[in-house]
Amino acid sequence: MTTTTYKHIIEVKELVKKFGSFVANDRLTFHVERGEIFGFLGANGAGKTTTIRILCGLSYPTSGEIQVAGHDVYREREKIKQKIGYMSQKFSLYEDLSLTENIRLYAGIYRLNRNQINEREEQLLERLKLSHIKNRLIRDIPLGWKQKLAFSVAIFHKPAIVFLDEPTGGVDPVTRRQFWEMIHDATIEGITVFVTTHYMDEAEYCDRVSIMVEGRIEALDTPQALKKEYHSKSMNDVFLKLARK
Amino acid sequence: MRVLYTLLIKEFKQIFRNKFMLPIIFVVPVVQMIVLTYAASLEMKDIKMAVVDQDHSTASRLLVSKFSGSPFFKINLQTNDYEEAVRMMNRDQVDVILHMYHGFEKRLYTGQATDLQLVVNAINATEAGLVNMYCTQIINGYNSQIRAEWFGFGDSGKIASLEIIPQLWYNPMLDYKIYMFSGILVIMVTLIGMMLTALNLVREKEMGTTEQINVTPVRKYQFITAKLLPFWVIAIFELAFGLVVGRLLYGLPIVGSLGLLFLFTCIYLFVILGIGLFLSTISNTQQQMMFMAFFFMVTFIMMSGVFTPTESMPTWAQKANLVNPMAYFMRVIRMILLKGSQFRDLSREFYSLSVYAVFMLTLAVTNYRKTT
Repeated sequence: MTTTTYKHIIEVKELVKKFGSFVANDRLTFHVERGEIFGFLGANGAGKTTTIRILCGLSYPTSGEIQVAGHDVYREREKIKQKIGYMSQKFSLYEDLSLTENIRLYAGIYRLNRNQINEREEQLLERLKLSHIKNRLIRDIPLGWKQKLAFSVAIFHKPAIVFLDEPTGGVDPVTRRQFWEMIHDATIEGITVFVTTHYMDEAEYCDRVSIMVEGRIEALDTPQALKKEYHSKSMNDVFLKLARK
Repeated sequence: MRVLYTLLIKEFKQIFRNKFMLPIIFVVPVVQMIVLTYAASLEMKDIKMAVVDQDHSTASRLLVSKFSGSPFFKINLQTNDYEEAVRMMNRDQVDVILHMYHGFEKRLYTGQATDLQLVVNAINATEAGLVNMYCTQIINGYNSQIRAEWFGFGDSGKIASLEIIPQLWYNPMLDYKIYMFSGILVIMVTLIGMMLTALNLVREKEMGTTEQINVTPVRKYQFITAKLLPFWVIAIFELAFGLVVGRLLYGLPIVGSLGLLFLFTCIYLFVILGIGLFLSTISNTQQQMMFMAFFFMVTFIMMSGVFTPTESMPTWAQKANLVNPMAYFMRVIRMILLKGSQFRDLSREFYSLSVYAVFMLTLAVTNYRKTT
């Protein structure tokens, strides 16, 4: 993965997605740098999830040139899928499987070998301090733990990029903080993070942030630059100014 | 292979972890096999009869005794009053009224033609036909007896010169349960195959985990195989289980080859699982799926010939049955189990079902989309 020749890990040019006459994504053009945390913000219904689904190969774009990890989303979706991780706002682990079983399922899907699985599983459970309940079913553990586990499973195969669609919805501030520490750790391992969120304090943790309004990207820069440009003290103000325009 | 194996492990774990699954596999079928087999029987017992005897003669009493002596009839009312009998029929307390007029014996004795009236409740036409047939048989027997006794043997011998001795093949005891049971086996296997597969697939869609799988490198064929294979195995097991239960409870005969029966079951299940998969691709919620599956199941069952022979259906219905997989399998299972038919007797069904299986699976798999 380190020897690839592409310049940006995500390269989007003139992406358009229409549902009938409704334009969900209107000529989006942006790129994501390797190893950064890219915040993808926008109000409900702004079209964020649509974009993520296209980048992950779950949905076809109407038009535009899109490359993820050096692969074309029209022709090389299966190659893209080898290199990405994904955690959706809908909770994505199997409720009726245990922690270990979920981990092993996804590890098996990405064809990790037995040694890799054992080693990484142990590390993961250790880090999350969940070793003592590794045989409990997912449905029996608290939401915050589930979400941390879901994230760990999404990057278990060490993808080049991980997509997080509102990963911290409904969890308490302490857990959110811990979650962002995990995101930060992932970037140290060289994983690029593409994240959507409604929490503007979280936007401050991102390297760069784009703000989407009604299917278009209205602003894209570092949080510092955006605050300066919009004469705001916080990302919250920036967001309100843009969304209300 | 590794991926498929991983997915299969997951499916089997989930299936058997589901609290409803074991009862669905073991309890529900046994209840169906016991209750439906008896309930759906068309055998007539205890036909409720009202006798209106306005003659009160030896001859009329002799006829009544023929009915009361038969295991099929139960005389609920004996009266002079025809109206009373009709009132009871209106209240559904009798199925048939036997009405003998005053002068019945006298006319019979003097060799004149004698009338008696038989009123049959024909709301259920099939049942009425059977009642009518049983009554006619008893009355005919009575008629020959009277002629023999009163007018001497010679006469009756001449009249009954052509005697029919029926040979009942394949089910000599006319055991309706065996016929019904084999039909219920088919319904059971179909229900398990179609419903459980479709439910399982739609449930994952509702939970959102299908989407999670769709962003992984799992191939469509791997996912679908992992989803279908467990229910294919379970449904085949279900048939084996049903055969054992049938053998123990009803002495179900297994005249033909079990190998041939299971070969057909394997192919038939491809069709059924294909339909299940197809239903899941066109519905987003378990409710939608259930409504559609219900429609298909009921249509398949009613048209399949489980209760009424398909041969006596109108031509258009027989044509429609060309696309009813259950009609094929219903015929096959009865031919193999009860008649001992060989492959050569069933080759048409074999090729039809095979073509159907390929068609259905292709349709379902192409309609299944990882990307929308």
